[in-house]
Amino acid sequence: MTAFVSNTAPGNSSFSKTFYDSLLEVVDGEHLRTCLQCGTCSGVCPFGYLMEFPPGRMISYLRADIFDRVMDSESVWMCVSCYACTQVCPSKIPLTTGLMTRAKEELLLAGNIPKELQSALENSQRYGNPLGESPRKRANWAKGLETEVAIMGKVKRPVDILWFVGDYPSYHPRVQLASRAVVKLLDVLDIDFGILGPEENSDADSQRLAGERGLFEMLAEKNGQALSKYQFNEIITTDPHAYNALRNEYPKLGISYPVRHYTQFLADRLDQLQPLLTQEIKAKVTFHDPCYLGRANGVYDEPRTLLEAIPGIKLVEMQHNRSTSLCCGGGGGGMWLDGFQWEKAHVRLSEWRVREAISVDADVLAVACPYESPRFEDAAKMVQGAGQLRVKDIAELLVDAMED
Amino acid sequence: MNIVVLIKLVPDLVEELTIDDSGTDLERDWLRLIINEFDDHALEQGILLKEQSEGQVTVVAPDTEGVDDVLYAAAARGADKLIKLLGEFEQGVNSHALARASASVVQDLQPDLVLTGVQAHNDLDGSVGPLLAEFLGMPYVGYISGVTVGDKKSIARKEYPGGLIAEMEISLPAVLGIQAAEEPPRYVAISKVRQAMKTATIEEQEIIELDSSGGPTISRMFLPEATERATMIEGDEEEVAAKLVEIFQELGLL
Repeated sequence: MTAFVSNTAPGNSSFSKTFYDSLLEVVDGEHLRTCLQCGTCSGVCPFGYLMEFPPGRMISYLRADIFDRVMDSESVWMCVSCYACTQVCPSKIPLTTGLMTRAKEELLLAGNIPKELQSALENSQRYGNPLGESPRKRANWAKGLETEVAIMGKVKRPVDILWFVGDYPSYHPRVQLASRAVVKLLDVLDIDFGILGPEENSDADSQRLAGERGLFEMLAEKNGQALSKYQFNEIITTDPHAYNALRNEYPKLGISYPVRHYTQFLADRLDQLQPLLTQEIKAKVTFHDPCYLGRANGVYDEPRTLLEAIPGIKLVEMQHNRSTSLCCGGGGGGMWLDGFQWEKAHVRLSEWRVREAISVDADVLAVACPYESPRFEDAAKMVQGAGQLRVKDIAELLVDAMED
Repeated sequence: MNIVVLIKLVPDLVEELTIDDSGTDLERDWLRLIINEFDDHALEQGILLKEQSEGQVTVVAPDTEGVDDVLYAAAARGADKLIKLLGEFEQGVNSHALARASASVVQDLQPDLVLTGVQAHNDLDGSVGPLLAEFLGMPYVGYISGVTVGDKKSIARKEYPGGLIAEMEISLPAVLGIQAAEEPPRYVAISKVRQAMKTATIEEQEIIELDSSGGPTISRMFLPEATERATMIEGDEEEVAAKLVEIFQELGLL
């Protein structure tokens, strides 16, 4: 690998110091000083057991001024930015946004990243989405629907709700089904909404957490410019990662709008929605809390409220639920590191989650994040006894419960 | 080691291609351009050689939309000098014209080694490398996937069909057509590309005339057309087999 010469380069004796100082600048970064070395972070990390340097040990090496040894390891690429460590840390150290993300940033600056991740980053830069699809076709999923979806650049009028669709809901064939369900829901609720269409770029939150801060800023600026052209009252989004970016990260760049995840938006309109849910769905349903809706943003109740509003559904909880939810494995760049992580771990987090779902006899694994349907459906094919498990976005279940 | 890498941008196939009104060229207003994949490998190989043996990498590219970004990214990856050829390149030129235009610029740089992609998907009149070598009066070897350089000579690994590799010694200066760099083209963080945009300079060289002679004239460009030659044979196994025998006999194959 190429040597990258800078005052923060691994191998430089002052590297630990410079890196430590940079962590103190992160929000709540000062808490790092109070690390107890209790190891709870490393214990709760879904991949901590096989990381050469789980978070706790990273901090100990940092304090011992030998952090360059951590940077020589690939271990940090096992981090799926799931917030499990941050959630349990008794000293409230921002481990996910600080330590883990900064370490990935340093590796990336040194050009030391898994090749698998590279193409997702290159695609994001070039096409505005990690899938490498044509940006002009970003709204093609909405073609041929009963309800015409307003594209802001075309309709040239203010709307009530600006729907930030996201990458996978726009391009991934499986997730597009959930996007179409959302259109139906907004339509029956008589919501005046529009999308950015080809002007929308990746929210880039996962790219940021994979260490590509510059790319995040570039794409955030593009989204900020597009949003500033139009009039709307509020943003809703189908992607918890976009929700996290718009709610917590974009405001730091001066891009600030009220934003809600679609489950929050719909739960607020339950009075209107409930009478339309007339079709019974006789199924045992369990809900997978997405990391960036739950742990990162504290939204646990609204998705459950929506599921419980569907007649016939029996909601059951998996062993890991709410703040202890297990990551699907897609966060923090994990979506683009499946091969790398499989090579290291020979397990998939998504399969672990599917095993939990079938252990509570669930018929349906309900999701609310676009990474999850494809990941869990793939996992269900690999897990014994999961053949009958259906993976459904909450939006899809709501539409199923309405009369045609 | 003075290394010159000649690159060009080609239509990005992520977008659908359409034919213009003349019926002999692509509709260029809608084209999105991307660095030719093999040229990207040539650039990577150049930078790897520089890192191994000291030296300087100069990247030369014709002026088309988006070329500045590609050149700055090359600088962020480790290229030392960037040269943009100014001229009527936007509407597309053939390989003969590009090779002629770059030959004089490359000559002035007095390179020890010239690298370029072995081919591009829009090379309709042969690839640029051998043409360039001819205009420069240098030897050329193509389909290279691995290069080492020594004093006035280079050892290159050339790929043959069937997985056969030949190692050959080439006296320098020479032109090599790169099939694959020894490592995949590296990723550079956007922040480093942005930094390069502030610090690197793109030198411009005017190309007064583009001479495309030697290449073919395109009389018609068209999308693949469905033919009606396929016949679906209906019936059970016996009937299908009998019909097949009949057809083969008609064609004189049986």
